[in-house]
Amino acid sequence: MKFTNYHRAQSLEDAHKTLQKDKSNTIVGGGLWLKLSRREVDTAVDLAGLDLDLIETTDKTIRIGAMTTLTQIEESDTLRQIASGILVEAVSEIMGRQLRNVATLGGSIIGRYGFSDCITPLLALDARLDFHERGIVSLQDFLTEKGKVDDILKAVVIDKTKAKGYFKKVKKTAHDFPILNVAVVKSEDGTRIAIGSRPAVATLAQAAMDHLAAATTIDKKTITQAARIAKESLKYSTNHRAGAEYRAHLAEVYTRRGLMEVNGLED
Amino acid sequence: MKKTKTVNQRIRSIDGKGIMMGRAAYTDDVAPKEALVIKVLRSPHAFARIKSIDKSKAEALPGVEIVLTHEDFPRNPFTRAGQGYPEPSPHDKYALDDHVRYVGDEVACVAAHDEETAEAALKLLEVDYEIKEPVLDFEKAKGHASIIHAEEGIHEMFPIGFEPEKNVAAAYHMEVDDVEKRLAESEVTVTSSFYTQAQSHTALEPHTVNARLDYQDRLVLYSATQTPFHVRRILSQALEIPLNKIRVIKPRVGGGFGGKQAIHGEMLAAMVTMKTKKPSRLTYTRKEVFEATYTRHPMRIDMRLGATKDGRITAIDCYGLSDTGAYGEHALTVFMVTGSKVLPLYNKVDAVRFHGDVVYTNRVSSGAYRGYGAIQGNYALESAIDMLAEKLGMDPVELRQKNMIAEGETSPIFEIMGEGTEGTAMNMETCKLDHCVKRGMELIGYKDKFPRREIGNNKLRSVGMAIAMQGSGIPYIDMGAATIKLNDDGFYNLLVGATDIGQGSDTILAQIAAEELGVDVEKVVVYSSDTDLTPFDAGAYASSTTYVSGNAVWKAAKTMKKRLIEEAARSLGVEVEDIDFRGTSFKSKKDGEELSLSDLSNTLFYNDDQKQLSVTESYYGTKSPPPFMAGFVEIEIDKETCEYEVVDYVSVVDCGVTINPKLAQGQVEGGIVQGLGMAMTEDVKIAANGKLVTADFLNYKIPTGKDIRKLTTEFAASYEESGPYGAKSVGEIGIDTPPAAIANAVYNALGVRIKSLPITPEKIQAARMEKD
Amino acid sequence: MKIEMNINGRKRIFDIRPDELLADTLRRHDYTSVRKGCDTTSCGVCTILIDDEPVPSCAYLTVRAEGKKITTVEGIAEEAERLAGCFGDEGADQCGFCNPGIALSVHALKLSAKAPTEENIRHYLVGHLCRCSGYQSQVKAIRRYLGDTT
Repeated sequence: MKFTNYHRAQSLEDAHKTLQKDKSNTIVGGGLWLKLSRREVDTAVDLAGLDLDLIETTDKTIRIGAMTTLTQIEESDTLRQIASGILVEAVSEIMGRQLRNVATLGGSIIGRYGFSDCITPLLALDARLDFHERGIVSLQDFLTEKGKVDDILKAVVIDKTKAKGYFKKVKKTAHDFPILNVAVVKSEDGTRIAIGSRPAVATLAQAAMDHLAAATTIDKKTITQAARIAKESLKYSTNHRAGAEYRAHLAEVYTRRGLMEVNGLED
Repeated sequence: MKKTKTVNQRIRSIDGKGIMMGRAAYTDDVAPKEALVIKVLRSPHAFARIKSIDKSKAEALPGVEIVLTHEDFPRNPFTRAGQGYPEPSPHDKYALDDHVRYVGDEVACVAAHDEETAEAALKLLEVDYEIKEPVLDFEKAKGHASIIHAEEGIHEMFPIGFEPEKNVAAAYHMEVDDVEKRLAESEVTVTSSFYTQAQSHTALEPHTVNARLDYQDRLVLYSATQTPFHVRRILSQALEIPLNKIRVIKPRVGGGFGGKQAIHGEMLAAMVTMKTKKPSRLTYTRKEVFEATYTRHPMRIDMRLGATKDGRITAIDCYGLSDTGAYGEHALTVFMVTGSKVLPLYNKVDAVRFHGDVVYTNRVSSGAYRGYGAIQGNYALESAIDMLAEKLGMDPVELRQKNMIAEGETSPIFEIMGEGTEGTAMNMETCKLDHCVKRGMELIGYKDKFPRREIGNNKLRSVGMAIAMQGSGIPYIDMGAATIKLNDDGFYNLLVGATDIGQGSDTILAQIAAEELGVDVEKVVVYSSDTDLTPFDAGAYASSTTYVSGNAVWKAAKTMKKRLIEEAARSLGVEVEDIDFRGTSFKSKKDGEELSLSDLSNTLFYNDDQKQLSVTESYYGTKSPPPFMAGFVEIEIDKETCEYEVVDYVSVVDCGVTINPKLAQGQVEGGIVQGLGMAMTEDVKIAANGKLVTADFLNYKIPTGKDIRKLTTEFAASYEESGPYGAKSVGEIGIDTPPAAIANAVYNALGVRIKSLPITPEKIQAARMEKD
Repeated sequence: MKIEMNINGRKRIFDIRPDELLADTLRRHDYTSVRKGCDTTSCGVCTILIDDEPVPSCAYLTVRAEGKKITTVEGIAEEAERLAGCFGDEGADQCGFCNPGIALSVHALKLSAKAPTEENIRHYLVGHLCRCSGYQSQVKAIRRYLGDTT
């Protein structure tokens, strides 16, 4: 990316105003894509110094600032306690330490990347996004929207409820994007299953979740059925990393294993 | 073997400290600050004729110094291969041409005062292409209506089967006895085709060159090359610059693996500097390294084996089809090695045939890559051997033990097949393959683990293995030379054309010299390589350096020792026979008088019958003693998803005496992991238009430190009489076994045979679905 | 624009473009140990430390380094020399293009973790690709350096 001006925002309002000034103006998150992007931009807006890199807890929620680095998440004891630490686990498998030291959570979400390893567990955790203008938007809703985001993401909010979680990333090497990823969270409110990198951006396996919600008991049989539904009800496609059929197969296997694990059953 | 003080000892590399501390060492580190930055315009089309290039806008951009197109170069065809002369590769490349033959082929280059300007100028070049139908499927290349090389002037240097009108870069056929007859008579046969992919070298240092004119108006090139002397010769021929006007310096090189044997940016940097009289620099982007240097030759190999019921292999038929891409670098020679360094493993056959074609396609050129044909052939043969064992109801190790080559034996193939020419007959004076296999079985725990074990949790563990051989240099062709110079205070300069590209050759060559001269390694200061200062060496390829260059160093050290003894005898007033050479001193056996090396050298420099002691010796092999190895892998595989990981890779290697055991281990282990990358994850994807999709580290996945957890490496006790201090070479042997060993382990786990590389979980899963 | 940063304990003022990346700035000012190997933040050879944490300088805006503590391998010379000895003992140093970056990550790991295990080391260094060594010798050398003699 090439830009003519660099602006370190003094406040969110200041950042917002600067973004409005020129259509090309953009926020720089971690900056990882600077080298890859061919965009030419008038002003790059930096949100550093606005306290958006904090992990804060209240009685019921955890609020992760948009500029929080993946390393901060990886090392957060608070987040390690949530749903068997699936967010921590997912983040720790993203590339190398150097990259995680600069990549931000906000940057991982705002692009709605199919290959994101953050979005999948956050979707299973029913995360909400807190925007400067729009306020709270569920991650689930945000992912279905399209187009460039004009608003400024301030934080990601998740509940502190007791839950069991499972995360699996299928990859070629330890330093890779996912071929597919699966996150399962079981709490008092029920079970959520998110499947990402199909290779489209993560989505909930709603039909499979409904099947479990309707079941009177959750046993190996219902779980196997739910996993099959996760495979059959979602769209899987082919790209150079893997074919649709193999992705669908992986989704079924890991949905089943995830459900077995969060229900304390032996596979 | 006599006791050694330096050789075969764990000596730290001589350069590791400065490199770790970040000293300026590599090609780009020594580029002049004011050098023009060169950027290359590359073809977006797989095959096209350049109708016109309008460079006026680019030239007009402030900061642009020069724009070069094919019209600016003399029209001399050459090969970039970086081989000895005459080359066994066709002269089918022009520095820049009016045709582009793959996506990424060079169209033009710009030199500007900074990178941004050079890049901006590229966008201002207006090229009008006449698009031609590309040939992207190598199995359809031969006789295709689209002819990739129809240009005038291209030629072979001697017969290699070059038929460009058929898209054939090279072809070969050899047969011992009557293969068809023997196969027809065989009680058991196996027939199968195997496919290997276009692996990328991915040395961490991209291809880099910079050029300048010195005050004598000579062209000085610093290049990250494996072959400085070949670079000088090829530049001279292609650009019509007298050889004596070119100096090529190889600084520290950040990995090569064959990828830097060839010429890449050198032509452009040389021309920019010759035309502008200004220094220039060119560093490839990683994308350019992937897209526009070269890769391993992809091949299809059809393997047919015949055997008796009791497991004697009677016939091997190997047909190969190799894809050399847009240009024919190493087309024939890589192909030859697929036969010559693979098939002799089973030397007791009645009949053996090796034949096939190397074809042009409109994809990035193939070239030299560690393992050079052998890894492709090894994957096919060693997979087929396991298939044969199953048909015979025999243990695959037992089948190998019954048929494999042994010490003192030979194979007719050695005499028939060389590097583009006839080969060299030789007996295996050292071949500890038998030990390698037995010891490998012990280390992996073969008896308990073959073929598989359930370990619960949907997982299996299984083992697989393969054996391999390589060579040690190219006999009668590639020469290495070394100069040893005595300095005052009694230390030496060792000047070698041999190119350390990170494999540690400077260190092991210093060890050889130090051993013979009886001094510590610190007393031998190594310099490699510089065409003005160091003697000739063909370069770092074909597992040459330890054996060929090492022998040259050893010879030079012996000659230096002789000269020293003569000087010491003269100085002490005794006969040569009376001198007891002790390395750092000389003692007269007559009267016990002693003279230190330091005093002798100081005297020779300043006081008495002054002279510079300096010796140069050369060596070329009269044979190429193969290193051998057995590789055993244990994998853990998920029965449902077919994802698998390597639990342990055992290598037992016979490379003669290891000059430096730790560095030799590094060669083997580095090779193993590169081979595992080829076997497991290094997938190459090309779009329908011929564009390489996997052109960065995000998409081309090489193993990381978390992927391969355990390597177990041992060396067999072995002493090769013809090698320096008993050594054979070790640069390539490590890479050969992983593809077949992994394929065999996967088969032993799940009963499916994967016949194309890489062996991905997805392919295994698909094969299982098909089987059920 | 002009910015000031602390490199290896020394105050430096550079004139930079706003969109300049730190790897380019550092190389231009003769910190040649900072290498460039991939363009996609994948290989690790450009690694430097910012406030003692490893960072890919090829993806870090120079302007963001204002006021920060930057460390290149030249700034941890003694540590690098000791690590080089361990690499030498294990035969882990081949082409060395990745070594300065690794030295910095190892140094950061040492600062941040007590008694890291082999697993910790492999995890921490996964972003340092090496095509030469096969990694095992590197891991052994790093364990030796960190005082793990098991």
